[in-house]
Amino acid sequence: MAEIEKDAVSGRETTGHEWDGIKELNTPLPRWWLYTFYVCILWSVGYWIVYPAWPTLSGYTKGVIGYSSRGELRKELAARDKSRTVWTDRFSALSVGGIAKDSELLNYAMAGGRVIFAENCAPCHGASGSGNASYPVLADDDWLWGGTVGDIYTTINYGIRSTHDDTRLGEMPNFGDEDMLAKAQISDVTEYVLSLSGNSSDRDAAMRGTEIFAEECSSCHGESAEGVQDMGAPRLSDGIWLYGNSKEKIMSQISTPKHGSMPAWNGRLDDISIKQVSIYVHSLGGGQQ
Amino acid sequence: MQSLLERNAILLSIAILITVSIGGLVQIVPLYTIENTIEKVDGMRPYTPLEQAGRNIYIREGCYLCHSQMIRPFRDEAERYGHYSLAAESMYDHPFQWGSKRTGPDLARVGGKYSNEWHTEHMINPRAVVPESIMPGYSFMAETLLGFDDAAEHLKTLRAVGVPYSDEQIARAIDDLNAQATGEDGDGDIEGFQSRYAKAPLGDFDGDPTRLTEMDALIAYLQMLGTLVDFSSLDAKAIER
Repeated sequence: MAEIEKDAVSGRETTGHEWDGIKELNTPLPRWWLYTFYVCILWSVGYWIVYPAWPTLSGYTKGVIGYSSRGELRKELAARDKSRTVWTDRFSALSVGGIAKDSELLNYAMAGGRVIFAENCAPCHGASGSGNASYPVLADDDWLWGGTVGDIYTTINYGIRSTHDDTRLGEMPNFGDEDMLAKAQISDVTEYVLSLSGNSSDRDAAMRGTEIFAEECSSCHGESAEGVQDMGAPRLSDGIWLYGNSKEKIMSQISTPKHGSMPAWNGRLDDISIKQVSIYVHSLGGGQQ
Repeated sequence: MQSLLERNAILLSIAILITVSIGGLVQIVPLYTIENTIEKVDGMRPYTPLEQAGRNIYIREGCYLCHSQMIRPFRDEAERYGHYSLAAESMYDHPFQWGSKRTGPDLARVGGKYSNEWHTEHMINPRAVVPESIMPGYSFMAETLLGFDDAAEHLKTLRAVGVPYSDEQIARAIDDLNAQATGEDGDGDIEGFQSRYAKAPLGDFDGDPTRLTEMDALIAYLQMLGTLVDFSSLDAKAIER
C-alpha cells in the first residue's frame, strides 16, 4: 500500500490505494449527509419503541403508545356515530314513515340516502332511479311491491326473490308449458293485455283473450289488470313494461317469464342507512302515501 | 478493519456470510410467525371447485389490475365497501388478489351486492347497466364452456401449499362443481355439497341453465367474495392490529 499523501493539484488526500501508478483521491461522504444518516438510525430506534415494529414468536412488539390502524378506525367511527346521535337516535326511535313526516329528519335522510343510493342502488336502477332494461324505474308511480315508504323499506330490507328468509316472493308460472296454454291462446291473451293500454291491433283476438285472462291471469294481476302488490304482480293496464312492450316480448314473458331479483340489504347496510335510502327512493317521483 | 478484511480471504468470507445472514434472517424469520397475524375468525372455508375455477378466470383475465380486494381500515372505505378486510379472509388465496390499483371499485365484499342477472349483463356489456363504466366487456365468457376436468387437480395443488381440502372434497370436486352450478334444479348432491362448503351460493349463475360456462364460474366466485366471516359475532378489539 502506498502512503497517504496530499495531492498537489486538488489539495485533497489520497486513499493510499495505487494501481499501476494511478492513485485514488479520498472523497469522504459530506458531513451533513453522514450525520443525517446517523440521526435516521436513531430515529428508527425511537420508532421501534413507540410504534408496533418487530415480529416476535407469539405476536409482535406493540409499541408504547399502543397504536393500531384498526383501533384508530374504530375510534373514528365511534366518534362519527356519537356526533350523529342528534339525529340517529330519533331515526332509531321512529318508523320510516314517521321520519319522512319530520322535515328536519327528512333533510338528514335525503342527504345520506342520495349517497347510499348512488353506491348501492344506481348500478341496477340507474342514476336517480331512472331504471334500466329489466330493472324497474323508481322515479315513477308504478310500483311492483308497493310505493309507500314503508313498503319500500321492507323491499330494501329483505329483497325480492333474495336469499333472505323474509324475502318478497312471487313467481309467475310458465304458461308456455304443455298443460298450460296453447300458443294461440297466449297470442290472444297478449292482444287482450295490449288492448288494455290501447295498443291492440286485433280486436277479435283481444275479445277471445278476455276469457283466458279472467281465468288464468286475474287471480294475480287483478280483475281489471290493475296489479296486486302483495304478490308483486304488475299492473298491466298502463304503458310501463319491465321486459318490453312488443307483442313478441309480452308473449315470451307469458310463456317463460323472467323473474328479476334484488338482494336483501338487511345486514349489508345498517337500519339507519336503509331508512335513509327508503325515504330517498320514496322521494324520487312516485312515492305513495 | 477494512484493510484487514480485504487482505484476508477467509475473514472476508466470514464477514460476507454474517452480513448476508442478517439480511436473510430479517426477511425469512417473520414468515415463521405469520400464523399469528391471521385473525381467529369463524366461517372461513376453502373455495368450492366452481368458485376456484371462477377465481382462476379472474386471475387469467387480469381483473386484479383494475380491481382490488382489500378494504383498508379507513373511514371512507368502511362507509363505501363495508368492514375492512381481514388477513383471515385471504388465507386460502394462492395467490392473494389484494391488488394495488383501483380503476374500478374494490371487490372484497361484492358478494351478494348485486343479482346474478346484473353480473351477467354487466360482464357482457358494462355500459348496459352502468353508463359511465370504462370496464371492457367479457361477453365471450357467456359463450365459453367451462373446462373443469382438472377441478380435483387444482384442489390437490392448493392442498400442497397449505389449503386444508379434505380427501372427500378432492374426490368429489367435479360432482360438487356440478352441484353448485345447477343448484336446486339440478340432480347434484346439494346437501352433501353444502355440508362440505358452508354459505356457498347455488345456482345457475349466468341465466342459461342448459350449459356451464366460464360466466357461471366467475359469478359464483364474485357472489361469495367477502361473505364468509360473520362480523356480528366478532370481537372488534381482538382483531385489532
